[in-house]
Amino acid sequence: MAKVLVVTSGKGGVGKTTTTAALGAALAQAGKSVAVVDFDVGLRNLDLVMGAERRVVYDLINVVNGDAKLNQALIRDKRLEKLHLLPASQTRDKDALTDEGVARVMDELREKFDWVICDSPAGIERGATLAMRHADVAVVVTNPEVSSVRDSDRIIGLLDSKTLKAERGETMEKHLILTRYDPARADRGDMLKIEDVLEILSIPLLAIIPESMEVLRASNVGCPVTLNNPLCAPARAYTDAVRRLNGDAVPMSVPTDKKSFLDKLFTRRAA
Amino acid sequence: MSLLNMFNRRGSAPVARDRLQLILAHERAGVGGSDLVMVLREEILAVIAKHVEVNSDKVQIRLDRGQDMSTLDIDIELPLTAVAKAGPAKVKAAKLAAA
Repeated sequence: MAKVLVVTSGKGGVGKTTTTAALGAALAQAGKSVAVVDFDVGLRNLDLVMGAERRVVYDLINVVNGDAKLNQALIRDKRLEKLHLLPASQTRDKDALTDEGVARVMDELREKFDWVICDSPAGIERGATLAMRHADVAVVVTNPEVSSVRDSDRIIGLLDSKTLKAERGETMEKHLILTRYDPARADRGDMLKIEDVLEILSIPLLAIIPESMEVLRASNVGCPVTLNNPLCAPARAYTDAVRRLNGDAVPMSVPTDKKSFLDKLFTRRAA
Repeated sequence: MSLLNMFNRRGSAPVARDRLQLILAHERAGVGGSDLVMVLREEILAVIAKHVEVNSDKVQIRLDRGQDMSTLDIDIELPLTAVAKAGPAKVKAAKLAAA
């Protein structure tokens, strides 16, 4: 029986899709069977970030409507055999997702996998509320930036009211992943500090993902960052996040990439 | 990895550009439901369904969209009763060049 995790944020462009791909791959790398589900109907991108865009035959809406079986729509990752993708439809709009249809697909996914990770669209409309509706756990992705923090607060409110768990009177397990964090800028006082964000949102921290070239590099080539370069700083941060999700006590840190002497010299001059 | 990067000065951006050009060409061609591969998928399945009752659990479809050629691979297990006395069979279609 799977755990259903929603990756959500309210604001767009903060790293939901990157985080979904990275967590999904890291869980599969740890031996779990995983389905990542793209709920961004009309603007799918998880397929592209995972490098499966050329292989999409059927999508979530085909399965919701009964035009295709779940098995036919799931795309197995070429590098990790335990990782599967259920793509969103590119041509339909979000209204094509019915409550009953989504519930049926989520039930079927729960039977098949250890983890189901739902990549939420930005915003607070139907796509976003459906993505979180069936979740057991929520990961809120936030940048250390005012509009992102405010939108995350709004999303936390929805997680506590609009989900099945909330409607049953249970509490939704919520975690924060802080992305694009730059310790140097935070130290200089030019970026919200981790403690500031945590105090405002008051949900537990799951990981701090440092700002890194490696994230863009991974999406360029269509490979989750934890798989593309497992030793880089963001990959280590995501891998630690997955260990924490699986119940390990891993001390919190901001991983850094070792810089060569020349790199250090260059950044010092630039700064 | 870093050693590899040193020799691979081209970086990952050209890969991103090539991937985008390929997938966008297919998506633009597919606007209005005229995507040849998808039309073929539907029609091939319809033709087979006309002759035999196909259990949709026994249909696997794989697709690989390429620059000059896409591969559509339809794997259908036909039940014994459907194929008169010939025994279970597998139908496989189609490699095609996409415009």
